[in-house]
Amino acid sequence: MFSQINPRARGLLAALALLLLILPWIANNYVLSVAVLILYFAYTGQAWNVMMGFCGQLSLGHSLYVGIGGYSAAALFVHFGIGPWGGALVAVAASMLVGAIIGFLAFRFGIGGVYFALLTIAFAEFTRLGFDHWQWLGASGGFFLPVKQREFNDLLNLRGSPVMFYYVMLALATAALAFCTWLLRTRIGYYWLAIREDQQAAQALGINTFRCKMIAVLISSGMTSLAGVFFAFYYNNLFPEQIFNMGRSIEIILGPIIGGIGTLFGPILGAALLALLADGITELMAQIGIELPGIKQVFYGSCLLLVTMFLPNGVWPALARRLGLVSAPGPDPAGNTVRHPDG
Amino acid sequence: MAEPLLEVVAIAKRFRGLKAVSSVSFAIEAGHIVALIGPNGAGKTTLFNMIAGVYAPDAGEIRFAGQRIQGLRPDEICVAGIGRTFQLVRPFAGLSVLDNVVIGALRRSPRIAEARRKAGLILERLGIAEKRDLPAASLTLPDRKRLEVARALATEPRLLLLDEVMAGLRPTETDRMVEVFRELNRETGLTILLIEHVMRAVMALSREIHVLHHGELIASGAPDEVVRNPAVLECYLGEDAA
Repeated sequence: MFSQINPRARGLLAALALLLLILPWIANNYVLSVAVLILYFAYTGQAWNVMMGFCGQLSLGHSLYVGIGGYSAAALFVHFGIGPWGGALVAVAASMLVGAIIGFLAFRFGIGGVYFALLTIAFAEFTRLGFDHWQWLGASGGFFLPVKQREFNDLLNLRGSPVMFYYVMLALATAALAFCTWLLRTRIGYYWLAIREDQQAAQALGINTFRCKMIAVLISSGMTSLAGVFFAFYYNNLFPEQIFNMGRSIEIILGPIIGGIGTLFGPILGAALLALLADGITELMAQIGIELPGIKQVFYGSCLLLVTMFLPNGVWPALARRLGLVSAPGPDPAGNTVRHPDG
Repeated sequence: MAEPLLEVVAIAKRFRGLKAVSSVSFAIEAGHIVALIGPNGAGKTTLFNMIAGVYAPDAGEIRFAGQRIQGLRPDEICVAGIGRTFQLVRPFAGLSVLDNVVIGALRRSPRIAEARRKAGLILERLGIAEKRDLPAASLTLPDRKRLEVARALATEPRLLLLDEVMAGLRPTETDRMVEVFRELNRETGLTILLIEHVMRAVMALSREIHVLHHGELIASGAPDEVVRNPAVLECYLGEDAA
């Protein structure tokens, strides 16, 4: 897929990569924190996109995997002194297990579409309620990681400066992009697209739809839980009320929806657009001295509305065409899997 | 005589009170092209769906290459060697024409490059190779029918089930499609069971015809015999004609 990218797109990609690599030298801490947030949502959006964008299974409860990932790694760190990299393994395994349970229940008994989405919300909600009362993990009062001032970055224990966290998140987001690019070129990637487009036709072509959907859920939940591990060690605190919140799930899916569901760069572009514009608006309001609580949510809502109305495939496919990164028609070098004749 | 490739023994299916198919039996020899005809609502598609694994029959047995296949899932039936098309075509609309066929080919050729090569050959055979990079959603109905056939062929079936793939085609297009099936049958020994209303295609292709009416088989035999059969004429044209 990258080999098919035209020179112009390759140039842009290289420039972007360079900018992201040197960002800590040219940006202040505030800009860096916004960048971490963008990369965080680019990553989680990419993970969610595997399930919805590739395989067509709508999850509205992805905060569940963030929460399980965060709590698993934090608990191992605080209670047993196990570092985040070891903890990540457990976190991924735990999230995959929960994903497998949800997937099995849904796909084995033919629950699809809206009902599947409701099931994912339900699981996230009752997990939140459970954690609210789990004293070992601080219950609703919150679970905290010890914070110590350090002179050196301790990458092994994820203790250190914002710059270190920035590079960790950049590495995760880049790895997710590469991984998803690769996935779409494998047999399972093709099978997912077939299931997304028409499950019955996919089955008639010999595709075991149950197995393929399970694999999508496992990969997506596993990936998402790594974001949870990062979240725990970056913010050093976890509250069930926040981390399992349905609003968090919605934040995860806004990026890919606005950027372009099923595309590889959509989740990244969507995350960047939302964060930059939302921050811009908040900043602007502060400048002119108007304080409007909830303006961010209103802004998210408006973005969603406008994109759904005018760019139902997301901003990325349209932008890629406008910038001449795509030579339509033909196999889409931008990695868009949704290819509509009218763009 | 060798064992038939497909053997349907007294299968039946009812939906609530409605008997869609009742006690139908027939067999298809390997390498034959057989047509299943009958008025609308006769139960042809239901019969197809039972062979293809969409519905499990209420009674009876379906044997393919000596194995009982009733109750298997559609994907398992496909892996066993039965390919099918849908009467209402179901292309993967958002994907390119080539990718549609690649997905079919991946079952037997797990490597993408190999699957793409095979898919390209099949598209050429069906005469839609020049549209390989277009989204399937942009195809006209005749081309969608061709894509439907190409995708099923890509799974490399031993038995191909065709559900009204000629409907909506112009006579010259029908003739081209007929020629494709003849070629495939001659070159690879592909066995075909087709549901078809276009008699031009049925008469040109089939070695044997089964007539279904109200869920029951009312006639079977060579094409020229079947079209003279009084029971067949009656169900198609009414009592007076017979």
